[in-house]
Amino acid sequence: MKLADLLSQKKATILERWLHLLLDSYPSETSGFFKKEKDPFNNPLAFRLSQGLQGVYEALLQDTARERILASLDDVISIKALENFSPSQAVAFIFLLKPVIREELATELKEAQLSEECLEVESRIDGLALLCFEVYMKRREKLYELRINEVKNQVSGLMRRTGLTLVTPQQ
Amino acid sequence: MAKAKVTVPTPAEILPGISYKTPEKGWMDVKPDFRPGTYCNPANPKWLEWIGYPYPRAWHVTDEDWHLPSDWKETILQGMEDRLSRFRSLKLFFDICVRCGACADKCHFFLGTGDPKNMPVLRAELMRSVYKRYFKPAGRLLGQLAGARDLTEDVIKEWFFYLYQCTECRRCSLFCPYGIDMAEMTILGRELLSSIGINIEWTLASVAQCYDKGSHIGATPQAMKDMIDFFAEENERVTGIYTPITYNRKGAEILFVAPSGDYFADPGTYTFMGYMLLFTYLGLDYTISTYAGEGGNFGFFMSHEMGKRLNAKIYAEAKRLGVKWIIGGECGHMWRILNQYMDTWNGPADFLEMPVSPITGTKFENAATTRMVHISEFTADLIKHGKLKLDPMRNAHIKLTFHDSCNTSRGMGIFEEPRYIIKNVLPEGHFVDMPPNTIREKTFCCGSGSGFNADEYLETRLRGGLPRANAVRYVHEKYGVNHLGCICAIDRAVLPTLLGYWVPEVEVTGISELVGNALVFDEEIERTTDLRDRDLVGVGEAEEGVEAAEAAEEEE
Ligand code: SF4
Ligand code: SF4
Repeated sequence: MKLADLLSQKKATILERWLHLLLDSYPSETSGFFKKEKDPFNNPLAFRLSQGLQGVYEALLQDTARERILASLDDVISIKALENFSPSQAVAFIFLLKPVIREELATELKEAQLSEECLEVESRIDGLALLCFEVYMKRREKLYELRINEVKNQVSGLMRRTGLTLVTPQQ
Repeated sequence: MAKAKVTVPTPAEILPGISYKTPEKGWMDVKPDFRPGTYCNPANPKWLEWIGYPYPRAWHVTDEDWHLPSDWKETILQGMEDRLSRFRSLKLFFDICVRCGACADKCHFFLGTGDPKNMPVLRAELMRSVYKRYFKPAGRLLGQLAGARDLTEDVIKEWFFYLYQCTECRRCSLFCPYGIDMAEMTILGRELLSSIGINIEWTLASVAQCYDKGSHIGATPQAMKDMIDFFAEENERVTGIYTPITYNRKGAEILFVAPSGDYFADPGTYTFMGYMLLFTYLGLDYTISTYAGEGGNFGFFMSHEMGKRLNAKIYAEAKRLGVKWIIGGECGHMWRILNQYMDTWNGPADFLEMPVSPITGTKFENAATTRMVHISEFTADLIKHGKLKLDPMRNAHIKLTFHDSCNTSRGMGIFEEPRYIIKNVLPEGHFVDMPPNTIREKTFCCGSGSGFNADEYLETRLRGGLPRANAVRYVHEKYGVNHLGCICAIDRAVLPTLLGYWVPEVEVTGISELVGNALVFDEEIERTTDLRDRDLVGVGEAEEGVEAAEAAEEEE
């Protein structure tokens, strides 16, 4: 069997294992709840993470538009970029997929003809990791932009009154 | 020379909790991690001096030494004792919780941060453990074994961290079989902190300005007048209807009080234009006050005493101006205070008359002691009696969902009035509710209430607001919702930021703004835009169509 087929066959188990790994980085009282509650509105954080991981995983299995891939990565990173994490911690999740796949498919991967395909998949995961940096930076920039906009909005009514618009001063 | 050994971590090692588990510590031993974005800045001492609050001093959250007054411990314990005797609810809450955990996963801050101390049951335990140590015999004897602990500076820091990660929204209390109200505990806990000089800048600056000048933003009466007069001109420009307003006019029938966010900050300003259009349409005999120029009450976010002082201003003005009753604008906590606290603080306001709508004759008996009527109640009553001519097509560019603000929903039970108004000012099919476990009594907080709209706190706010934004995103993706309506000025200030992060396609609007768009005046000019100068459906396209046709002709 080809690796791609194995990956789609085992999709549900791999995704769950990957998500659980990610949720393990929360304190144990929390991760238990995050893993258990399935209602997307009662447990939005785990829901968004799982949506994101699913999208990313599907992108590995079939051709997906770049926009779509970025949006799936963003589902995860938009959450991680707000947490008390360093940038490396915020994007580490993508690499966790490698050991998950290796462990889930341990027996199958022993077959020599799969190892080449496996390298190919791992290298695509590396590609996804590179995209993660872009998404992470965008999210942090967004944070600063929102902070500035909020301060501007506090006086924007006044500015309209005076007919002035806020601009960045020329050097 | 010996080479330094470099250990390159694997990805699993980079993320805590995955390849290794640090030994689990008991919750009492985990200290808060004060990182930028996770706490609000301390109040400038000058504000404390303005309002005569204790221990004004400069201090920093990240410093080891918070320069607490030497008798801080006695002050806190005495304060607890005093409150235990004054508020039966507090003692009851401390004693009655059976730790069933029903509240644990109901707090938006827990859901958005994953921090177990944001589970309401644990948030309460932060204070309850001290109560047990000093006020219960078992705790005195057995200490930690009985869930009790000594009051130390670290405990104070922890209180500060977590009591300022509770928006006093009361969602958790809805799920507690005993109705234990964490918001009440947070309010009292913040009072205790304030008694030893621990306050946050955003709240205190607003309180001092409101106390001294009239509104949270500290605008002078002249600036307030200037701004609101400008709205009258704007209304005339867009609708052809000039909406003049009088200030501090004695003998007016009605005093109108709005949150200052509605006349200084976008998009609240458009809501204010909506109020003016409505009142002009009705020919209402009303005035606004520059002294009671603030419906909001940030005093409530630091102490009952300060909340009472600011609330009193509204009634002092009503008395001085000799009005008959009061209408209040689209504000959140103003209404919680009116509904739950005003009466015992400053009421009953029996020098005012029982509010009766001069247009429909409806007697607002629910406002019997406060004599203050919510603009949504007032407007819904007008629509019900067929007193407003409305053209919903002027809101056809808006597909709306409605955020029940914690204070007006759980704090006073307004659910139907805004929805009734919305359905009458929007074309059919343009309103969709979010899923039932995220609205009405169960609504999720915006994550920035109770004094948290400080920009230095943005990360935590966005995390706390995730459950709300997640539900908005759902109706946006499924039904094409492009606006989120609300009847709270804090919401109008903070939801654009929250959605800007999570669902940037959705804008925020007040409900009176939609009323202003839809109101049909006899003598109005032809409307081509809404109050925000956005083309009405059909208008822009028609013009574009004409332009395109002209351009095509020229080419020929
Ligand atoms: S639901 Fe009520 S009784 Fe149960 S743990 Fe929470 S506060 Fe205590
Ligand atoms: S009142 Fe609201 S913010 Fe506070 S603990 Fe309860 S749910 Fe959380």
